[in-house]
Amino acid sequence: MNVLVILVPAALSLGLLGLMAFLWSVKSGQYEDLDGAAYRVLRDDDLQAADCQNPDKYSK
Amino acid sequence: MLRSVTHEPALLPGPEIAPQSSERNFAVEGITCAACVQAIEEGLAGVPGIVNARVNLSTHRLSVRWDGRDNAATVVGEKLKKLGYRAHPLRKVADHDDQQYAQWLLRCLAVSGFAAMNVMLLSVSVWSGNVSDITSETRDFFHWLSALIVLPAVAYAGQPFFRSALGALAAKRVNMDVPISLGIVLAIGLSLYETATHGIHAYFDSAIMLLFFLLTGRYLEQITRQRMRNAAHNISSLRATMATRIEGKHLSPVEVETLRPGDLVLVRPGERFPADGVIVEGEGSIDESIATGETAGIAVREGRSVLAGTMSLDGSFRVRVRSLARNSFVENLERLIDTAVNARLPYMQLAIRAARSYAPVVHTAALLTLAGWLLAGAGWHSAIVTAIAVLIITCPCALALAVPTVQVVAMGEMFRQKIIVNSADLAERLADVDTIVFDKTGTLTLPQSAVCNADEVAPGLRKLAARLGAGSRHPLASAISALDSGAEPFPKIVEEPGRGVRTTRNGVELRLGSAAFCGTDAEQAPNENVSSIVFRAGDQIVTFHVGQRLRPDAKRVTEALRNRGYNLMILSGDRSGPVEAAADELGISDWHAQCEPAGKIAALERLRKQGRRVLMVGDGLNDAPALAAAHVSISPIGAADLTQAQADGMFLGEQLAPVADAIEIALQAKAVMRQNLGLAIIYNVIAIPLAVFGHVTPLVAAAAMSGSSILVSLNALRAKWWLHETAATKANATKEALAT
Repeated sequence: MNVLVILVPAALSLGLLGLMAFLWSVKSGQYEDLDGAAYRVLRDDDLQAADCQNPDKYSK
Repeated sequence: MLRSVTHEPALLPGPEIAPQSSERNFAVEGITCAACVQAIEEGLAGVPGIVNARVNLSTHRLSVRWDGRDNAATVVGEKLKKLGYRAHPLRKVADHDDQQYAQWLLRCLAVSGFAAMNVMLLSVSVWSGNVSDITSETRDFFHWLSALIVLPAVAYAGQPFFRSALGALAAKRVNMDVPISLGIVLAIGLSLYETATHGIHAYFDSAIMLLFFLLTGRYLEQITRQRMRNAAHNISSLRATMATRIEGKHLSPVEVETLRPGDLVLVRPGERFPADGVIVEGEGSIDESIATGETAGIAVREGRSVLAGTMSLDGSFRVRVRSLARNSFVENLERLIDTAVNARLPYMQLAIRAARSYAPVVHTAALLTLAGWLLAGAGWHSAIVTAIAVLIITCPCALALAVPTVQVVAMGEMFRQKIIVNSADLAERLADVDTIVFDKTGTLTLPQSAVCNADEVAPGLRKLAARLGAGSRHPLASAISALDSGAEPFPKIVEEPGRGVRTTRNGVELRLGSAAFCGTDAEQAPNENVSSIVFRAGDQIVTFHVGQRLRPDAKRVTEALRNRGYNLMILSGDRSGPVEAAADELGISDWHAQCEPAGKIAALERLRKQGRRVLMVGDGLNDAPALAAAHVSISPIGAADLTQAQADGMFLGEQLAPVADAIEIALQAKAVMRQNLGLAIIYNVIAIPLAVFGHVTPLVAAAAMSGSSILVSLNALRAKWWLHETAATKANATKEALAT
């Protein structure tokens, strides 16, 4: 049962990590535009011009 | 309403408040989809001075980080105008506190969710260990760990309830948060005691789960309010911020707030009217979509009153200001919606009622349990443990979710159907209605006049008349030009003021105007409410009757309501001729004309004595007393002064359908609410006896509480799907009905 002394804190700290990530995402406004975010991901404007000329880069 | 307008010609430069490198927010009209977001953001990306621009598709707002020297509002506005949108600088961030509160709730929700998950993990181990081989040391270890997680989590996430409960107690009231807080605190206290004395059962999981579900309900409520308020602020930004006051011979730009009744202001094409007032000089068309939902221009001239926030499309007007800017139409609209949002929502009323009877009942039950076990000879320890278990299990988890989840769905749906809820218990009262009384003028009929006998005229002639009518700003002529929406005016139209318009086409003279102008005898109009205008093409002469027209879907809506078993009735102040005509067309046999306001109240009183529950649908202004006398009331928002609106709900636009939609939504919402309350009661009926007889272990409490909460939430989500479905079918039916 001594293994619990390691496993339980490990599980808790992982959970805390998740909580921190969520709190950060709330603070940085990730939930303010749920409708728009769904479409933003489809945009290509973050590709460099060179990437567009060399589409193979993403297919490999 | 905000979605419908695109490609408008103008923008009002707001006053520049922001210094350098600041953030400014705009409400943007015309955003309909993701493509608009991209167009705006990319369009603004190249503008010098703009560091970053981001559009929020959910709220139709644009946030710009500004680094330039010029007026950000002007630059952004100009650019957006070119792109085909209208930007309105948001005056204030009044909803900032609201947003902070919602974020706080969300953080509390996250913390309690995290704690609940981890504690459940430990608890399940203890439960399964209890029936097999767990050692008491391991159990204690797990209990202490749970305490370590739960204590800080509750201290943080429980604040919304603790603060509210303390506030209520300080004011010597009892609200729902008092038994909630008491239950949580006692559960933790008992668990700590049990843990310290190496007990088998600890209720940490129940306490934190309780908090998690309750926070879910509260957060749902908060975001609904915020959404409605956002919409309200977008509307309120449609105001002018600066006005041009005429002072003797020169013009001076002034802040809208400084305008006084009696001031004379100049409104140029593309500007919004800064305050409610009367046109003293000028002629042209204005866009009243903010008030009526009607986006086509409306011809106006001297003597016509105009509302703040409506826009001059092509005319220059001198306007005599009638009321202070803060009493104007837009301001009142905002205030009204704000009131609706801030009004305690129906379930809150219910929650207060519930809390009043609930807290004593629960506390009595716990005390009786304690006394009962003591009398039965149990020890103090087990009697107290059982009594606290009763308090925990009766904590209103499911009850707290039962009504709010449904209300959130219903209010959102009503708002989407363009119904503004003005009275907190609109849905509850609407669901009781069995009789619907309509006013005629402005309610069954449209506020603007239109041609009534278009069908009697050949389509070819109708088109010609429309093209000729489009050349004049006279209200009768604009009713004619509305016959053909795409009508392009003839190139050379001569207007003879006060008589009519004429032109020549292929050698044939076309005339539109008074009977004398067209060289014919005046034809008798069917009734006094109708004006006649004659159209002459060569030797063909037709007479158009322009008057009040029924709302396009009035017949369909009244028919649907009758089929649903509602008694329909018309009470109108109008003469019997037009009322009878309208009643005949709609198939309403029970109509009364020439009703004075007192007569309407008497009629409503009679209906009430017969035990009927009456929904009065009437114009907010002249029907105000009757609206107040009815069981529940709904008004169309026309140009009527909103300060005098007495109605419980209001709807926007040309259609009558929102009335039927509101009833439908209310009925369904009430049905689902009842189901949910039923579920919550069933839960208590099963759980309380278990608790009283001492069978509630932490396992039973966890299963019962989460089970009932999840069931209730799922039922509300089903309602959301259900309402959506109904709304979609309705919208399609309307489109089909209008198309045929």
